[in-house]
Amino acid sequence: MMVLMSTIGLADYLGVSALLLIAGLACMILKRNILGVLMGVELILNAANLNLAAFARFTSLGLDGQMIALFVIVLAAAEAAIALAIALSFYNSHDSVDIERGQQLKG
Amino acid sequence: MTETLLFYGLAILAAGGGLAVVLSPNIVRMAIWLIVSLVGVAGLFFLLGAEFLGATQLLIYVGGTVVLLIFGVMLTATGPLRSLITPGLELVQGCLAAGVLLMVLTWTLGGIDWTVVSRLLPQDVRARSAHSAALSDGDTTTGLGLGMVGVSERELGASQGRRTQSSYLLPFEVISVHLLVVLIGAAYLARTKRRAGSPQS
Repeated sequence: MMVLMSTIGLADYLGVSALLLIAGLACMILKRNILGVLMGVELILNAANLNLAAFARFTSLGLDGQMIALFVIVLAAAEAAIALAIALSFYNSHDSVDIERGQQLKG
Repeated sequence: MTETLLFYGLAILAAGGGLAVVLSPNIVRMAIWLIVSLVGVAGLFFLLGAEFLGATQLLIYVGGTVVLLIFGVMLTATGPLRSLITPGLELVQGCLAAGVLLMVLTWTLGGIDWTVVSRLLPQDVRARSAHSAALSDGDTTTGLGLGMVGVSERELGASQGRRTQSSYLLPFEVISVHLLVVLIGAAYLARTKRRAGSPQS
């Protein structure tokens, strides 16, 4: 009950954002599937967006924070499109989405 | 009370979904858990008073990017490759890196008094902060749209034209061209190439 009575501040949102960042980082390191790594990147970008929106609400960042978050969303969509195209191209030539197989992509 | 309950529910949805993405071995289930996490974050945006941002998150992320990811999963998932996960030593190293970063972040979060942040600001910034706090109680769409076309709402409210606030017209145009270039490049990269030895039709 004590927890429910407390008001939610900036630090609580930053904590959720930190958990999302950790999940994304672990996803990027541990998965061997290209698309798994891509999902980790999406999680990290969401953590950053949550930080921006929280600072926009609780400090003087104002609408600028939400504006930057919008740009991040658009850039994430573009990044997902180009990364998927690369993954499909890689799959076409290697018949696999295992990132260990990409070691021969040198030069 | 209600806000606190909503926050904890949505926070569990977002962070739990994110952790489930890491722990789930199947790539299709990972995509589903990613949707759960993104919806949780969108709910947190609504709770923060950023309605337009939350709606954009739902439309573009959940409706666009994740659907794109799921299509990629379906086009490349063949048999045993669906559940690739790192073995042994790399697993330990990855968990160690993530755990250490989590410790650093929580230590930093606990060590800083975040209520001071808004009090340390200079005077005019705090006045503008009061204005934007009124904005962020809900109606943010007008301000965001005006910012996108190059007019700041604060300039409209100010008495004379002392331009202190840069607007977002140029970044908006740059990102539009960027999106066009990226989509053309993606279509070029993802086209089906004929193998060198395959018969020509």
